[in-house]
Amino acid sequence: MARPRFLVLQLFLRSSRVQKKRAILTIAAIAWGTLALLLLLAFGEGLGLSLGKAWAGMGTDIAVIWPGETTVPWKGLPAGRAIRPRIDDIRALKERVPGLVGVSGEIIRWGTNFTHGDTTVNGPVKGVSTVWGQLRNQIPVAGGRFLNPLDDAQRRRVVFLGTDLATELFGEEDPIGESILIDKVPYTVIGVLIDKIMFGNYSGMDADHAIIPIRTLHAQYGSDRLSVLVLKPENRSGMKQALSEVAQVLSAKYGFDPEDDRVLGTWDTVETGKIRDNFLLGIKLFLSIIGVLTLTVGGIGVANIMYAVVKERTREIGVKMALGARSHWVTGPIVLEGLTYTLLGGLTGLVVATILVFVLSLIPTGDSMALDALGKPTLSPAIAATAAGVLGIIGLLAGYFPARRAASVEPAETLRYE
Amino acid sequence: MPANDTIIEMEGIRKVYDTGKIQVEALRGIDLNISQGEFVAIVGPSGSGKSTLMNLIGCLDTPTAGVYRLSGQLVAGMKKDELATIRNRRVGFIFQNFNLLPQITAYENVEMPLLFGGVPRRERRNRIEELMERVGLKDRMEHKPTELSGGQMQRVAVARALAMDPDILLADEPTGNLDTSSGGDIMELFHELWEQGGTMLVITHDAALARRAARQVEIQDGLITRNTVGTGAGPAASE
Repeated sequence: MARPRFLVLQLFLRSSRVQKKRAILTIAAIAWGTLALLLLLAFGEGLGLSLGKAWAGMGTDIAVIWPGETTVPWKGLPAGRAIRPRIDDIRALKERVPGLVGVSGEIIRWGTNFTHGDTTVNGPVKGVSTVWGQLRNQIPVAGGRFLNPLDDAQRRRVVFLGTDLATELFGEEDPIGESILIDKVPYTVIGVLIDKIMFGNYSGMDADHAIIPIRTLHAQYGSDRLSVLVLKPENRSGMKQALSEVAQVLSAKYGFDPEDDRVLGTWDTVETGKIRDNFLLGIKLFLSIIGVLTLTVGGIGVANIMYAVVKERTREIGVKMALGARSHWVTGPIVLEGLTYTLLGGLTGLVVATILVFVLSLIPTGDSMALDALGKPTLSPAIAATAAGVLGIIGLLAGYFPARRAASVEPAETLRYE
Repeated sequence: MPANDTIIEMEGIRKVYDTGKIQVEALRGIDLNISQGEFVAIVGPSGSGKSTLMNLIGCLDTPTAGVYRLSGQLVAGMKKDELATIRNRRVGFIFQNFNLLPQITAYENVEMPLLFGGVPRRERRNRIEELMERVGLKDRMEHKPTELSGGQMQRVAVARALAMDPDILLADEPTGNLDTSSGGDIMELFHELWEQGGTMLVITHDAALARRAARQVEIQDGLITRNTVGTGAGPAASE
């Protein structure tokens, strides 16, 4: 004979009810655990997002190369020679190293005077090739732009200012379209860098720099030797290959052992990114373990209440068995009940967590770097799925073990009259 | 089914309770046959093994040794769920303390074995209404057990025991918790059921109820000490 559909559900609805107070306390324990898990995961997520953003401030998946000195003799040339690529080498690298988003050079001049009106500020100026802006995420604030190839080709005297430098020179005034003097030579401000959080840097923060076309810098100062090369492969797995090919190309021109790793000091952010990602993953794991443990305590509460339920309903269970209930018709409703408490608690926790995260997002971080870096706690679908999964497992386990005890009830024992 | 068809067939049934330190031999070799349509009373002092025997007959427990056939089916070696099915289809239990589930209505209590038996909804309703009418409680179907008197509760329990049309009704001290008048009503009901062709097995201290049975089996210290066919059982015997 076919079993009525949803028999277990019907039996669940007809089993005796737990005391309200006890049920509420249990649900509250689960809600608290869920809240802890969700908030910890949300903080982890927020931290990850803000760190990711801060690291992306310098550019993602780029390598920074500082030309250095040879340490081994090469083809009759002695060790200890300084290798200084020139502006034209950028074009050569672009042509001969495949699979790059771009390769760019920069020439840094320290101690440059920037003057606007009566204000003079001392700082570094960088001459860069155009693609540098893309590699280094130089996003202009609205109304301005970064350098373009024409600026470089025509050696225009245009400048892109770092945020802080712009503020120092112009205060509240809008610098775009205004003139400044760079070491007494007039330049037009074409753009200002957006205010960005930046964790990684070399030769100072972008906010303090002024950027001009590399050929303009060459024209003004005469320097042709690159301080730094920046490159980005089309995909991160191509980084090693790209770096090695850069070494080959430069080695052929300047005569050094391409294996001599002191010639081209390299910061491969793909490599350091892996370490950073692992570190972040570690933090997230740590947070989730604490959260899951807190939730497990709630789960133990549910298991506890279900054990009590089984004990209280021993006679009920015995009667059902005497009437012909199979063991899973006895265990099913108990597992279902454990799950119900867990899911009710989980839902409560989710609602409270969502409200809290929303409230936290309203608190302004002000100028605090630390708060900026900590980021905003963020609830993502992945977090919700994780929490739901953990809740489901805990709920099942919390019902399963008491249910097993219920199945082991001996009806003959329980039905003995008092 | 012919009138002398054997429902219960027991040979050398022994039941030993092993509590770890002490072994208690509750039944020490019971031979018992009960045929279709019999009304048997099992009597004996407390601790004699009556309830153990009833548990074995009702497949709530399995014997330590011996052969037990219920309606020709060998019970030994059956799995838990198979025993559950046997209890559902072949046996109707009636307990001294009624053992109704207090949180659900009389209707739902009677429905419970039908649910386990997989009876479709409409059929369940018809069957429950018929049974409740038979025990005279059709107007009390939506009441919860706590809203019923002892006698009414036991009648609901009888309806529940009859729900799956079992081969045998097993009643363990069915009048033990009832006042004299309600107890009499229940005995009357049993008698009617027996007259309608039911097979009844009643464990009782109640001499009046025992006298109504056509056959009395007395147990002492785990053995059958007397197995008598009564003289013209029926309402007349107690009146």
